[in-house]
Amino acid sequence: MTQIPPPGSAMQPVLRALRLPQFGLGARLAAVVLAIIVVLTLLGQWIAPHDPLTMNPMARLQGPIEGHPLGTDNFGRDIFSRVLIGGQLSLVIGLATAVVSVLLGLVIGMVAGFFRAADAIIMRMMDALMAIPSILLAIALVALNGPSVGSVIAAITIPEIPRVVRLVRAVVLSAREEPYVEAAIALGTPMHRILTRHLVPNTLAPLIVQGTYILASAILTEAILSFLGAGVSTETPTWGNIMAEGRLFFRIKPELILYPGIALSLCILSINLLGDAARDMLDPRLKKRAG
Amino acid sequence: MLGYILRRCLAVIPVMLLVAVFVFLLLRLTPGDPAAIIAGDMATPAQLERIREAMGLNQPLHVQFATWVGRLLQGDLGVSLISNTPVATMVADRIGPTLSIALLTILMSVAMAVPMGVLAAWKHRSVADYAVMTFSVLGFSVPVFVIGYLFILVFSLKLGWFPVQGYKPLGAGLGAFLSNAFLPALTLSTIYVALIARMTRANMLEVLGEDYIRTARAKGAPERTVLFRHALKNAAVPILTVIGSGFALLIGGVVVTETVFNIPGVGRLTVDAILARDYPVIQAMILLTSFLYVLVNLLIDLSYSIFDPRIRY
Repeated sequence: MTQIPPPGSAMQPVLRALRLPQFGLGARLAAVVLAIIVVLTLLGQWIAPHDPLTMNPMARLQGPIEGHPLGTDNFGRDIFSRVLIGGQLSLVIGLATAVVSVLLGLVIGMVAGFFRAADAIIMRMMDALMAIPSILLAIALVALNGPSVGSVIAAITIPEIPRVVRLVRAVVLSAREEPYVEAAIALGTPMHRILTRHLVPNTLAPLIVQGTYILASAILTEAILSFLGAGVSTETPTWGNIMAEGRLFFRIKPELILYPGIALSLCILSINLLGDAARDMLDPRLKKRAG
Repeated sequence: MLGYILRRCLAVIPVMLLVAVFVFLLLRLTPGDPAAIIAGDMATPAQLERIREAMGLNQPLHVQFATWVGRLLQGDLGVSLISNTPVATMVADRIGPTLSIALLTILMSVAMAVPMGVLAAWKHRSVADYAVMTFSVLGFSVPVFVIGYLFILVFSLKLGWFPVQGYKPLGAGLGAFLSNAFLPALTLSTIYVALIARMTRANMLEVLGEDYIRTARAKGAPERTVLFRHALKNAAVPILTVIGSGFALLIGGVVVTETVFNIPGVGRLTVDAILARDYPVIQAMILLTSFLYVLVNLLIDLSYSIFDPRIRY
């Protein structure tokens, strides 16, 4: 927190442009950091000084030299370019996981919360799924289905679903007792309209918050999967598998783990801070509890 | 009370049965023939048939499931396809390092996190509070293996205080054990400390606003008594709950930490089995860790009444 710009500095217009007056300084700073990471990563192809896959056996494990601001890895590939491009897949996997698990969790949670008959069965299944350690379940899913991007997304998504289901079910259970839902039922409103017009809007605020936390934890899980050798195949750089490859050379060149680690941590840190800020803004009741 | 304990224990059975079904289906419904995966690309049809026969893969799914669960209940966890040793023996050989490091982690985490949380709540909005909160957000954001390598870099390679990697059992002496186990436990505890400290702080903040705290202070109770006897004890139940749910993080962390520090424990055993597609070991390990998770949370549920005598079953 030492880089807080003084009032009237160049950051001011950027912060004002975010138009989130309720957000504290930490969260606004997090938004700026995240925006910078996302833009750099998306424009990676144009910014990167080198192709992230081009090997150069003459320049292996170099320190920062001309043309290679962060040095090179064990194949002589440019670390800066790899970290830039590696972020793309990490972010895509995180985003896809967050969207898919929120959507699936929303549907399953609505069914569990609204139809009493399905509730007991669905919730026992969710209990069982939550009892399986998510990292082990995810590695097993990737190992069995092959190291494709799709199977990594599925592997990270499945363990996240029960948490979303619980959340949605709890919201639906309390909302369906509200007079406006009873009134809608009494008026003969079709089921799908009750669900989409009255119940879904109630779940939005908590789902946005939960979605940001899932985004952060999915990016982290992708890195752990790659690190353990159960991630996306190493031909495509991700923050996780750059670090996994750096393991063997850690003693000679710790930067291979540190640089992608810093990028990853900064990214997750800003997402978490934004999630906290969103929670405080959307649900002030929680603010007191979690501080 | 006894009836409640019994009912809670019985409730574990359906959950564990469902976990068993999931684990079983996970391995059976994935694309590809398990026998072909085990035998490799060069296998002849006759070899495949022999493997299917040996694993009972020719039988209907429900028969396979019943056979497997029946053996599990007799304590037979199966035999590794790769090393041909019983899984129970493999686990027994490697559970020592994992258990000792996990226990050390829990002890260290609680010893660090609870005072941190209490301090942060007591000195609300002070430098100490912000420091604890910053640490707690960071703990959630930095991957456990990056922390592990940072610790190795700083404490082992630069300062030379600890050996770089490896493991010594307690039998080799407490000093030898601790010098090897301290860094892994410290690595593993960061996320746990972050979680517990955050929860302790939140609950202490709530409790410290209660009337009986003001009363205790008004009657002149020393601040230490107010904090630990009156406040912490009343904030204990949610803190215990988070220690239990955080146990899942610990299991995931153990796997990673054992890889970083080269510790021959069950975490590494599980990952190696998964990567080698050693089906019996995968099944047994996922089932065992899930059972452990359910058991720990059951014990924590049952311990609530110790901390809050109002909870009677």
